[in-house]
Amino acid sequence: METPFVSTIFTVILFIGIALVFCLYALAVAYNSLKQRRVQDQIFVDKINQLLPQTQCGQCGYEGCEPYAQAISQGEAVNQCPPGGMATLVKLTTLLNDQVKPLNPAHGQFEVFKVAVIREDECIGCVKCIKACPVDAILGGPKLMHTVIEAECTGCDLCVDPCPVDCIDMVPVTAAESPAWALPSALPDDLNNFPNNVERQA
Amino acid sequence: MSFLAGLFWDKSSTKAHKTPGGIKPADFKDHSLRSQIMTPPVPKELWLSLRQKDGNNLETLVAVGDKVLKHQLIAAATTPFGVPIHAPTSGQIKEIAAKLVVNAFEERQLHIVIAADGLDNSQQLHPLEMYQSISKIQLIAKLHDLGVGELGGADFPKVIKPDIANQSQTELLIINACECEPFISADEALIREKAEQVVIGVEILQRASGANNSVIAIETRMLDSIQALKAAVENRNIKLVLVQTKYPAGDKNQIIQAVTGKEVPSGDLQKDNSILVHNVGTAYAAYNAVIKGQAYISRITTLAGKPLKTAKNFEVLLGTPVPFLLELCGNDTLKQESTIVGGSLMGITLFEENVPITRKTNCIIAACSDWFPEPPAELACIRCGDCADVCPAKLLPQQLYAFSRSQDLENLEDQNLIDCIECGACSYVCPSNIPLVQYFRASKATQQDHLKQSELSGHWKERYQFHQSRLIKDKEESKTRKARVTKSRAANSESTDFSRSTAKTDIAAAVNRVKKRKIEAALKKAKEAKTEPGEGPI
Repeated sequence: METPFVSTIFTVILFIGIALVFCLYALAVAYNSLKQRRVQDQIFVDKINQLLPQTQCGQCGYEGCEPYAQAISQGEAVNQCPPGGMATLVKLTTLLNDQVKPLNPAHGQFEVFKVAVIREDECIGCVKCIKACPVDAILGGPKLMHTVIEAECTGCDLCVDPCPVDCIDMVPVTAAESPAWALPSALPDDLNNFPNNVERQA
Repeated sequence: MSFLAGLFWDKSSTKAHKTPGGIKPADFKDHSLRSQIMTPPVPKELWLSLRQKDGNNLETLVAVGDKVLKHQLIAAATTPFGVPIHAPTSGQIKEIAAKLVVNAFEERQLHIVIAADGLDNSQQLHPLEMYQSISKIQLIAKLHDLGVGELGGADFPKVIKPDIANQSQTELLIINACECEPFISADEALIREKAEQVVIGVEILQRASGANNSVIAIETRMLDSIQALKAAVENRNIKLVLVQTKYPAGDKNQIIQAVTGKEVPSGDLQKDNSILVHNVGTAYAAYNAVIKGQAYISRITTLAGKPLKTAKNFEVLLGTPVPFLLELCGNDTLKQESTIVGGSLMGITLFEENVPITRKTNCIIAACSDWFPEPPAELACIRCGDCADVCPAKLLPQQLYAFSRSQDLENLEDQNLIDCIECGACSYVCPSNIPLVQYFRASKATQQDHLKQSELSGHWKERYQFHQSRLIKDKEESKTRKARVTKSRAANSESTDFSRSTAKTDIAAAVNRVKKRKIEAALKKAKEAKTEPGEGPI
């Protein structure tokens, strides 16, 4: 009577053991593929992020360029980046094999590059703009005058709203360098059918 | 012409290797070569730019109103990219002001303006006939101090780069005497008349650079100059290389390929220093600096163009205004429509002709519509491939054109736009009159902009990531701080068992302490009040 009982128990344990091993294996495979997928996703996100202008302005509705890149990788529309303008839009659509749509006007319009300038004698030193700056480009302390480091400013506009005394101006940057050579201005219209003419078609 | 040159070939000269591409435009040089090099009178004013190659200004050593002598140092270099300036003539510093520079756009830079006194008094010079007697370092210092710099369109303005001066690894010195661009005949005239001086200058440069061999590369068409050079290089360790006459034979990379038979690698500005290329004018300047002790204050410049009565080569003082020279040549201002600095192919049409002669100005062309008509309308590219045949850098201009039209920067980079030397051979042969070089210049500018922008956005990205990580760190820190504070509060409340009776005694003790202190203070005051009147005021 004992032998069949023992063998039954043994068989059951064996089965449970095999099942456990299988489960573990399946878990490992799933985990691995998940990890790999995450790495691939991250690479993709980085690729998208590379094309974004990195102004961190949040006009797209996300906190910065990287979060927006993440959202794009999960299917968000690409036409929500006004500072990138048409150039960024075309690059993004080429990367995603999508069709070019115009910029979504709900998120703003393309403007020339500007930097924030604080009217320093009006500044009360409230530190609110410093907290708003996404790239730590504003210098100053509580009750002390603040100033913007022009070379670091991305022109994101985020410091303008928090200012209680409204002493921040967005000033267009004037190119100090000598004008560069321009493309021949009079382009005949019938010459437009060129290969790789993405920008013009757009 | 080249078979005629064959009559002169002998052991002192060798034939150059073949180089790709090139065109043979009409050269228009015989007009200016008809007469000898002439020295114009000293103009009333001289304008000398203070701009260095890297964008900083030279340091001025004179103030407005100072009297200066010829060859006197008036501005010194502040970085390795500057070459000092010497006064080209005696006179007074009139002003230091922003003036137009040689450019197609309106661009102003600081200039020293010297009002010449007409006496041309020179300061004491230090000629050195036996330059072999001083060391290489001393020789280089002498050349640099006297303002001898690169005269061609070089990447580095000093005649001997610092890394060459420190460690001699230069094997070959090539003196570029190929003046391939139409209208320019300054170098040809210089060699024709001053071959002996040029050759001595080459030897000085060879000694300064530590090169084992030196070679003068000259075009086969310059028959007079070849003959003069041959006589001059006799019994000297300098070889002549006869380069096939074509445009652009005088480009640096082309010259190296013609002399050595090796191609300069793509995208490179000759980093290995094993070959040094210098202009003939530089050799002549080196001769003047070392043997005669003169600073670099004048250069040979060609004046040409149809509106001029006589095209000429002038040995002009640096800073001489261009209109002054044009007037000397009998310029018909009614005919003249624009002024070109440089040759007809690579030169730039000046924004305004009121600019001075600089160390790079080898030619000035008074242009009129007879010789420089309006370019005909641009037509569609028919993909004939003529441009690819003539490209000296072995690029594919028709591809570059297509990508320039669409501003496809990735493909432009793949097609090595960076190697384009902007010689204009492709535009010259294009049957559809496409201004190809203009497209390429514009594309290069966009490439530069793009590079700058991507660098900037990379920087912003870094700053953003740092900002994010800082926020997280701050949050964690404040969390731990809060935890620590609450913990310590809890610990404090546990250790002291608070009760009313102990509090009462504590308070009473404190009140007593205070009372005691007050009494002590009152006593002390009273004591002081007693002693003070006795002592009286001192």
